[in-house]
Order: sequence, then structure tokens, then C-alpha cells
Amino acid sequence: MDAILLQILNGLDKGGAYALIALGLTLVFGTLGVVNFAHGALFMLGAFCAVTFNKVLSLESVVVDPTQTTAWGSPLEVRTPYVEAWLGDFGVFLHNYSVPASVIIAIPIMLAIGIAIERGLIQYFYKRPHADQILVTFGLAIVIQEVIKKFYGANPIPQAAPADFSGTAYVGTLLGMGDALPYPWWRLIYLLFSFVVIGGVMAFLQFTTYGMVVRAGMRDRETVGMLGIDIERRFTVVFGLAAVVAGIAGAMYTPILPPDYHMGMDFLVLSFVVVVVGGMGSLTGAVVAGFLLGILQSFASMNEIKSILPGIDQIIIYLVAVVVLLTMPRGLMGRKGVMED
Amino acid sequence: MSKFIMTRRGLIKAGAVSGVALAAPMHFVRNAFAQDTSCNMPTGDTVTFGWNVPQTGPYADEGADELRAFQLAVKHLNGEGDGGMIQTMKPTALKGNGILGKKVAYVTGDTQTKSDAARDSAKRMVEKDGAIMISGGSSSGVAVAVQSLCQDMGIVFMAGLTHSNDTTGKDKKRYGFRHFFNAYQSGIALAPVLADEYGKDRKAYHLTADYTWGWTQEESIKNATEELGWSTVAAVRTPLGAGDFSQYITPVLNSGADVLILNHYGKDMVNSLTQAVQFGLRDKEVNGKKFEVVVPLFSELMAQGAGDAVKGILGTANWDWKLEDEATKAFTKSFGQEYGAPPSQAAHTCYVQALLYADACERAGTFFAPAVIEALEGFEFDGMGNGKTLYRAEDHQCFKTALVVRGKENPKDKYDLMEIVREVPREELTYDASIFGGDLGPSDAKQC
Repeated sequence: MDAILLQILNGLDKGGAYALIALGLTLVFGTLGVVNFAHGALFMLGAFCAVTFNKVLSLESVVVDPTQTTAWGSPLEVRTPYVEAWLGDFGVFLHNYSVPASVIIAIPIMLAIGIAIERGLIQYFYKRPHADQILVTFGLAIVIQEVIKKFYGANPIPQAAPADFSGTAYVGTLLGMGDALPYPWWRLIYLLFSFVVIGGVMAFLQFTTYGMVVRAGMRDRETVGMLGIDIERRFTVVFGLAAVVAGIAGAMYTPILPPDYHMGMDFLVLSFVVVVVGGMGSLTGAVVAGFLLGILQSFASMNEIKSILPGIDQIIIYLVAVVVLLTMPRGLMGRKGVMED
Repeated sequence: MSKFIMTRRGLIKAGAVSGVALAAPMHFVRNAFAQDTSCNMPTGDTVTFGWNVPQTGPYADEGADELRAFQLAVKHLNGEGDGGMIQTMKPTALKGNGILGKKVAYVTGDTQTKSDAARDSAKRMVEKDGAIMISGGSSSGVAVAVQSLCQDMGIVFMAGLTHSNDTTGKDKKRYGFRHFFNAYQSGIALAPVLADEYGKDRKAYHLTADYTWGWTQEESIKNATEELGWSTVAAVRTPLGAGDFSQYITPVLNSGADVLILNHYGKDMVNSLTQAVQFGLRDKEVNGKKFEVVVPLFSELMAQGAGDAVKGILGTANWDWKLEDEATKAFTKSFGQEYGAPPSQAAHTCYVQALLYADACERAGTFFAPAVIEALEGFEFDGMGNGKTLYRAEDHQCFKTALVVRGKENPKDKYDLMEIVREVPREELTYDASIFGGDLGPSDAKQC
């Protein structure tokens, strides 16, 4: 039972990341009709917001202490981060909590990047075939990757979770089940974070006038335009919103997976499968499929399953996609008419 | 006045005699050519070495340190700096004025911790940059691939950090030499300490990097621990550079195992160990015993990456900068003053390899590859940080002292992360060369 609960938790955790990326992908597709292959790069850019923020907080003053020497005979260099020297305990706290704090920094940065990409590039491809959109966004993703590689190198840069949340949570004990069920704190927080963000985006689209107009635009863009609403501008903001969701998902994921320039591409392929399985243009479908595929992938990694079907953990997601598309060509919750022209 | 009359018979005789006279020097010259010339022998006043190290990928930290060590070795070989271990090496023909009167230059390549990329960069350094030898690397997959290429090209390969039994076992090559110890020796060194610390009734679960090094380490540690009386619950292969190991760690929790053996290295080990600790493995009690994690191949660089997670973890190492011998002190001083940090075991093995190759050239009196190989085979030396060391002729494996180490509970600083539990003498680590099979192959000189 423990093993099953653990795999469910693991699956939800992975699924949370898939769902967050897929949500932005399908939002852009549903509103702008653009297949955005640069979306994974936005996830990676968000992760590098966290890396940059941490680098800034880690800038140190170096004072040579001639009274002490190192083991190799050089005078000892005493290093103190400026932020800790200037802000005292708050500086230490900020350094410790740099990953969650970077989310606040990442929101305006990603919004600006998203809007810049939409206005500067994507808007010229609305009326072009999907193949052109895929090519240009894929090209954009490669450019973003190479820029990051140039400035940050090709190696993963580990980010620490806050010390208070870097240990183990005993989920069973927390839930009063008696059984310990250990699980890393930060992964639980990421799961909670993904629920909050997904819930927030859904609520924004469902309960605000702005969101209602966007949803109406997704259904019938021309009619909304004829009502005198500048739907283009709203869709630009939606692209920015999708970039923010991807970015903060990336920033919070850094303690789980040390970010490198290529991480977006690794997630993008899986997230596209999630969007297709969930149904093109369906927000709920993307979220459900994200968690579902995360859990299935996690179960497929169990030794009991792998002993019967070796290597199944590597292909399960694609296998499910094939089965779903054969039996339900529009995906789990796809709407009629989307991408069928 | 005499008249010169050439008869038919006279013409034939004269032709035969002149033919022999003309061919004779060519015969000697050709033989001399074959004996003294091999690929990329230097003609100018410099000799070029090729440092092929991982600058990207899961072993990039080790690669960066290897490159630092090579650069320091070049400095010392050319007579700059304090000379490092040239001062302590015994016997040595090195004079600190280059090699055979030529200054040492170098080119670098990125193996990317991928066999094909490593072969490409080694080939480029040999064919385009004129490298006479290749050294470095931090993966056995890479070492085996580059070693095979070097054998084909007639270039000496002084392997960097490679720990698979195959490198000097079934895949050994005449042109390849390994100073680093191997997985089999790790098993021999570690087993008695594991028995002392954790007892003889344990159930082990292996997570293994899925390539030649991981496989041979898993096999060696499995054999060594099963001989102690331990049983193996499962051995699961993980892709190199997986990053997130959670899906492999969660099955360990309910497997009934009470020891997790991580056959990972570099960033993979940092990630898998950190995540194993985050999943509460080290707080668990299984079968009435405290759950333990073992990392058979350990390094200071990995300890820095994993932070508190390494405290109390047992493993083995080829060398450690905190050893008390004069050679280690000299090297640590040179390296520390140059780069502001002590050298890793990857840096040490690469530095030593560079010096050993240079010394072999000096002793052979030539850069001719077969002569250098002959000078290295069976060479016995001291003063390089591991005590008396033998480069065994049969498999080109070095035999020397190795270390059992443990993550320190109360480190003084970020470089004081490992304590030496036991120095395992060379005699205990010596094995029969034939147990891993393989064939060194010929040492014929090649032209390029």
C-alpha cells in the first residue's frame, strides 16, 4: 500500500510540472491558434530567473585574513555574501529562500518576455500554416537555449530548496494514517504550488470578466471582435500569462531538477503529448492528462512492472498517447473542430 | 688511348652492382624510418599534448579539475612554478626543461561525457592539432572508446578518471595506460570495512549508472558483498545524467533492503544521494537495522555538491589531498596556490599521468610511441601520492595504495569533507591480470 501511495505522490509531482507546461501550451493554442514550440524554453527561462536571482544574492565580499592560512599555505580568504552583510538576518533568510522568492522576480520578467515574443514574432504568424508556426517557434527555442548556454554554460546548476523544506515529510504521519510514508518536503510544496497555479489560472478564466472574454474569444474570435472588444490585445496578455505560468513552474522546479539550457526541450516533448492526450485546446484536458500521465509513468517505474515489461517506464507515455488517439482521436477532452481544418 | 667497349655481360654486371649499391642505403634508411617515427612526432621546438576532458555533461566538474591539473603539469614540465611532484617523483628523468629539450604545448577537447563526441575530439586533436598523446576523461565508456581509437592511430592514451574493470580488462589496449584504480579494487578495499561497520547480514539494493563503469562496479561490489554474506535484493539500471532519480528511489523504500548502494558518479551521484536522503532513507530502520547508503566510488568534488547528505557515507577513493606524504603535500600546495582550492582525485590522476608520460619519453630518449610504451610497461615508481606504484606490463593497470573514505560529520571547511578510514596497501589490491581477459594487441608504430 505504501509503495502505491508513494508512486501516486511521485506521479502527481511529475504530473504537476507536465500539467503546468501543458496548461500554458494549450492556452496559447486555444486563444491564438499557435502551436508554440518555444514554450519549453519559457519553462527553462523561468528556471534561470531562479538561478540568476540566487547568483545575485550570492555575490560576496572577499577579505584576506593574514592571520590564518589554508592547508596549501595561502592566506585564508573570508567570503561574506553582500546581502548578508547589508541586511543581516533578513539577508540570510532571503538567501535561504531564494527559490520561492525568485518566483516574485520571475512574474514580471516572464510577462515582459511573453509579451515581447508575441508582439515581436508570433503575431506575424497567426495566419500562416501550423507548420510555419512550429518552425519559427522551434527556431526561437533554439535561439533562447543557445543564449542561455552562452551566459550560463552547458552544465546543470543545482539550486537548494530552503533549509526548512529540504528534508523529509512524513506524509502518513501528517495525515494521521500512522504509517510514516516519507516524501521530500519540496516535492510536496511543488505539488501544492501546481494545484494553486492551475486553480488560479482556471479561476481567472472562469470567474473574471477578462477571463470570460478570453474564453469567448477562444470559442468565436470574430464575434467577440465584432462586439467592439480588442481581442488581439487580450490574447497578447494571455500569451504573457502562459509565459508566466511556464516560468514560475520552471523556477520552483529548480531544487528538484538542476536546470540546464536543455531542460525545456526535455519537458516540451512530454508536454505536447500531454496536450494531445488531453485534447487540443482543452485546459481541463491538459491538466487531467498531465497528472494522469505523470502517475502512469511513475507506476511503470515500479520494479514489479518493469520485471514483466522491461523498459516500459521509458515508453508508457507514448504508448498511452497512441492508444488514446486510436480510440479517441480528439484526445480525452478535445473539442470538435479544433485543429481539424 | 684506350677504347671503352661495353659488352652485354659487362652491362648486366654493372647494372646489378649499381642496383645493390644504390639500394643498400635505402634499406638502412627505411628501417631507421620505421623504428624512429610514429604518429605526430614533434619536429619543431614544442611537443603537443591533447587534453580530452568532459567540459559539459554529468562529469563536467571532474573535467574542469582535470584541465586545471593538466595545465599545472605543463607548467611544471616546462620548468615554471615550484615543480610540484617532479620534485618528489622517484626515480625520474624529468629535468623541468620540457621533454627531450622541447617545450610542452597542449590543446583541449570536450568529451561531453559521450563516447562518440570524445572520439571526435581526440581525432581532431591528433589529426588537426598534431597531439602526440591523449589524456584525460572522466568516464569509462569514453576511456574505452578513446583508447580503442588511440590504438588504431598509434597514439599513446594516458587515461584519466576511469574505474571500470574493462578499461584494463577485456578492453585493454597496448597504447592505453590507466593510473586510476578500478571497481574490482574498490570491492576488495571496501568489503572488510562494510563488514566491520554494518555487519555480515545485510540486504543490498543497487542503483547503477547504465554503462560499462556502472555494470562492472555493480558486479564487483555485488561479488564482494555477497562473499561477506550480504544478499542482493535488486540491481536497477538508471540512465546516465537522469537528473531526477525519484522514480528509482521510491521502490527502494519498500523493497526490504537495508542498504542502498549507489553505483553513480559525478552529478548523478550528487543528485541520487541527495534525493535518497530527501526520501528519508537514512532515517529508516529496516530489518531491525539502521538503513545505510554506500557510494563505492567517492570524491571530494561530489561531496561538495551533495553537502550534508554525504556525512557518514562510506566509499573508496584513489587518492585524497589530506594524505600526509611529501608528494601529496607538494602537489596540494602547488595546486592550491594556483587555483585556490585543493585538487580532486581526478586532478591528481591526470597530473600524474602527464608526468609519467613525459618521464617515459625522457627515459626512452625518444617520442617514438613503441619505445615510450616499453618505458611505461613494468615501470615502478614512488613519490606520486600513492606510495610505491607499479605500471603492470600485462594489462597497463597501476597497482598502488587505495583509500576507504567516509563523509566527515564535522568538517572544518568546504574542502574538509572526507576522512580516510583505511589506506589499503597495494598487495591487497593486486590480482591476476588474466581474470578480466582481453588482449593488449600490437605496439606497431603508425603513421598519420
